[in-house]
Formats: sequence, C-alpha cells, structure tokens
Amino acid sequence: MAETDFDIIVVGAGCAGSVAAYTAASAGKSVLLVERGVNAGAKNMSGGRIYSHALAKVFPDFAHDAPLERKITHERLAFMDSSRNLTVDFTSPELAQAGADSYSVLRGPFDAWLSGKAEDAGAECVFGISVDSLLKGADGRVIGIRAGEDEISAQVVILAEGCNTLLGERCLGNARPASSQMAVGVKEVFELNGGSIEDRFLLPKGEGAAMLFVGDCTHGKVGGGFLYTNKDSISLGLVATISSAADASNPTPVYQMFDDFERHPAVVPILRDAKMVEHSGHMVPEGGYDMVPTYIFDGALVAGEAAGLCMNMGYQVRGMDFAVASGQMAALSAVDAISADDTSANGLASYRSRMEESFVMRDLATFRRWPSTMEHWDSLFTDYPTCAAEAMNAMFCVDGTPQKPLKQRMMPILKQRGLWKLAQEMRKGVKAL
Amino acid sequence: MSKIGDIHVNVDELLAMNKYEVDEGHAHIELTDDPDTEEFMKLVRVCPAGLYRIDEAGEKSFDYAGCLECGTCRIACGDTIVKKWENPRSSMGVEYRFG
Repeated sequence: MAETDFDIIVVGAGCAGSVAAYTAASAGKSVLLVERGVNAGAKNMSGGRIYSHALAKVFPDFAHDAPLERKITHERLAFMDSSRNLTVDFTSPELAQAGADSYSVLRGPFDAWLSGKAEDAGAECVFGISVDSLLKGADGRVIGIRAGEDEISAQVVILAEGCNTLLGERCLGNARPASSQMAVGVKEVFELNGGSIEDRFLLPKGEGAAMLFVGDCTHGKVGGGFLYTNKDSISLGLVATISSAADASNPTPVYQMFDDFERHPAVVPILRDAKMVEHSGHMVPEGGYDMVPTYIFDGALVAGEAAGLCMNMGYQVRGMDFAVASGQMAALSAVDAISADDTSANGLASYRSRMEESFVMRDLATFRRWPSTMEHWDSLFTDYPTCAAEAMNAMFCVDGTPQKPLKQRMMPILKQRGLWKLAQEMRKGVKAL
Repeated sequence: MSKIGDIHVNVDELLAMNKYEVDEGHAHIELTDDPDTEEFMKLVRVCPAGLYRIDEAGEKSFDYAGCLECGTCRIACGDTIVKKWENPRSSMGVEYRFG
C-alpha cells in the first residue's frame, strides 16, 4: 500500500470524531484529528444530554473523569398551550442505574475533554482548520483531505463533520437532507446557582432534570422545547422542523418563538434571576432510518450526525450515544481494513455489519415510521395540549357552581375533538412507537 | 406576500452575548441577486440568529456577521436563493463557550 501521511484522518472533533480518533490511536494507528473550531466544541451545540452506555464502553471510568454536568434522575414531560401547562415529573432509581444513566453536558467542556482523550492516546489534534474538500485518487477513492494549501493523505478518512454535511454532499455525493428531515434548534444557556436549580426542580443535591415540552412552544408547528439542568446553568431550547417552520402559514420566526417560549408562564419562574450567557443555533437530523446516507466509501467512512444518526421520539432525544458508538465502530473497521491491507468500500464493509448489529441501526429501524407519523400529526402540537389543559381545568377549577359529575365534564372536551379521530390518531402513534 | 408577525425580541442583544471572530469582507454565505421574496421569507422564519430581515418598506437585508453556522438556511433554500454556503475560513466565525 502507498505511503500516506497518516493511517487515518478524522474530520470533526465532536463525539463521533474524537471517539474514532481515540479508538484508532489506541489501536496503534497514526491518526490526525482535524477540527474547524479553535478548540473542540467551539462550533458545537447540543441539547444536551448523553445516554452514557456507549461512552462507558469506550471510557469505563468516564463518570469520574468526564466534565459531566448532572446525572439526570428526573424526567419531565410538559404539554403547553399558550397560557396553560401540564407537567409530568418522573423519578426512579432505575434512571440512575449504571448502564442506563444519562447526564446533562455542555459541549464546550465535554468536547474538549473528549478530544483530549484522543490526544492522550496519541492522535495528533489540529484545531482551527477547516477542511475544504476530500482528496480523491484517479479511481475516485478518497485518499486524504485538503485544507487551504495543505493536502494530507491517509489510508482512511473518517468523516464526522456533523449534520451540516458539506463534505458528504460535495465530495461523497450524498444527497442534501430535505427540509422535512432536518430541524433547526435554538438554545440559550442561563447561569443560575446550583442550589436554586435543585430547589426549582425538586432535585437531590448534584442530580439533574431533563424536560421536554410539546405544544405552544413551537406555536403549533412540528417541534418542541427542551430543558436540561447543568451544574450552574440551565440549557433551554426549542427545535422546529425546518419545512414546517419555513412554511408560509407560520408567522413567527424561530428566534421569536423561542422568546415567546421563554415568556410562557410555566417557564418564567424557572428562569427567574438567571442570566442568559449564550445564544446558539444548530440543526438536528430528524428523518431517522430513512435519511441515513451511504456511510461506506472507498477510503472513507461517515459517522455520527454526518450519517444522520439521531432520533427524536418526542419524549426522548438521542444523538450523542449514536455518535460515540458509530465513531468507535468506524475506527475499529478502519483499523481492521488497514491491517488487512484493503481500505476499499469492500474492505471497510465490517462497519456496516457492526452498525446493523448494534443498537444504532436497530433502534433507528424500530422507530422508522415515527418521524413521518409525527410530521403529519398536527393536533399533537396544537389541540392535544389544549385538550389536556381543559380536562385539568374541568377537574380542578372550583367556583361554587354546583358541579356536574366528572364524566359529564370530561366527555364534551373529548367529543369536541371527535372520539373516533382521537382513537385513530393514538393508534397510529402507538404503532409507530 | 405571506405574513411575518410582530417581532418583540431584539435578536441583536441576544447575539451580543456570543463570542465571534468575524471574517470582515469575506462572506461565507451569499444569496442570489434580487432573491425571490417568498423564499427569502422562509429564511426570515427559520434563521435562529435572525440574520435575514425584511423591513416595513419590504427591503431585504442579510448580514453574515452574527451567523451561528447551523446551516438551516442552506437546507431551507440551498436550491433557490442561497447561492453559496461555506464554513467560515479557518478559526473564523462563532466560538461557542458553552455549546
């Protein structure tokens, strides 16, 4: 095999990229990790919670080592209309059990730690360098990267550029995701002392809450709000499907939507006296299994969000565990292929079997129908939260008027929506889940 | 023309909290000349930094300086009025501290 500058070049120092670089370097390969941010995390943003199972496989000691914010022991789901809100708050020891534990993270410190792991394992890390294109040989195989004047060669390039897939589209020929498959996320970080966070979310010391909002946070458009408690800050954001938010029927730009969300009576007390310190934006792949592009090429593999690996279930959002696992699997397959002296797509094909046998492709396949079900379920974002609020009002409001039996108060609220229609929608939703 | 409702928030104040290394004179996003109004309105709706604006006289403006580099405008209008979308040049652009 021809001499190359490195065995493996990894593009992007997020979860997928840094884990890939760490794994390959640990296996004794020469690795270059290139990141366009001036440090790892500088261009990155996520909700963010990481389900730790995949990370624990790479770094068994991560819980003592990684800059985690809080272990999530409270799951909250909130259904809001313009003035009302119904929150379900769940806590259990099982949420905190090793293997099922999840943590809020801020990508600045977290990604810096992760790329540090790659560096400690022997990977060469270069920050503040934007990769302009992938180099290709005469036969079309990927043989390296170009960044400005520099051309650097490798036997395998692992592309972990994130969900804005410029290189994947321009150099590997993958399709640009459709606007119905991608969501825009907007988030702000609010500084607030840890004690107040624990008081406001009824948390044991050091533990954290994750909260997802459905309904008026996106003013009825497909999407939802999220909140994660960090050590001394709160991450609050919302996600809206791009096609839905861009539609002529939507009068509210997403940054105004976010401002309205922040001013919702159920959110205002959470943020009282908190100081906004960062306003960020990032896309989220939401198309699930059907948007996963080709991820094995002659001389190149695609991992993480660059491969569309993300899942928004409405009640649960996952991305970082998919990124960590796919980064690890891509690196293992690249290492095997280099050892076997065949880094063609054929030689790298074990990445596919690893992915398909793992939770990554299996979970995406299981919930394959959910993205389109959610996309066409308008009432989930408009009528259901209002319906829930009306039912709660019927149950809890007492004004001295002689009360009707509860059933008589509830039935009109449901009948107004059409019992048959509700039942059909629910059945469809449950089937896709 | 489709409608955009009243904007109450001053998005510039929000962006002022961020750290940027602006690449003056080198726009990493470019629109076509005289972009279609409905397409432009899509970008007004979806840009999380509010960089695409239409004033009361219907005048369109776009400033890449506060870009969060999410790529949403490229997905929304990459086939129509977003003519160029590159990452900012090395070490330029937004620099998240929290993320």
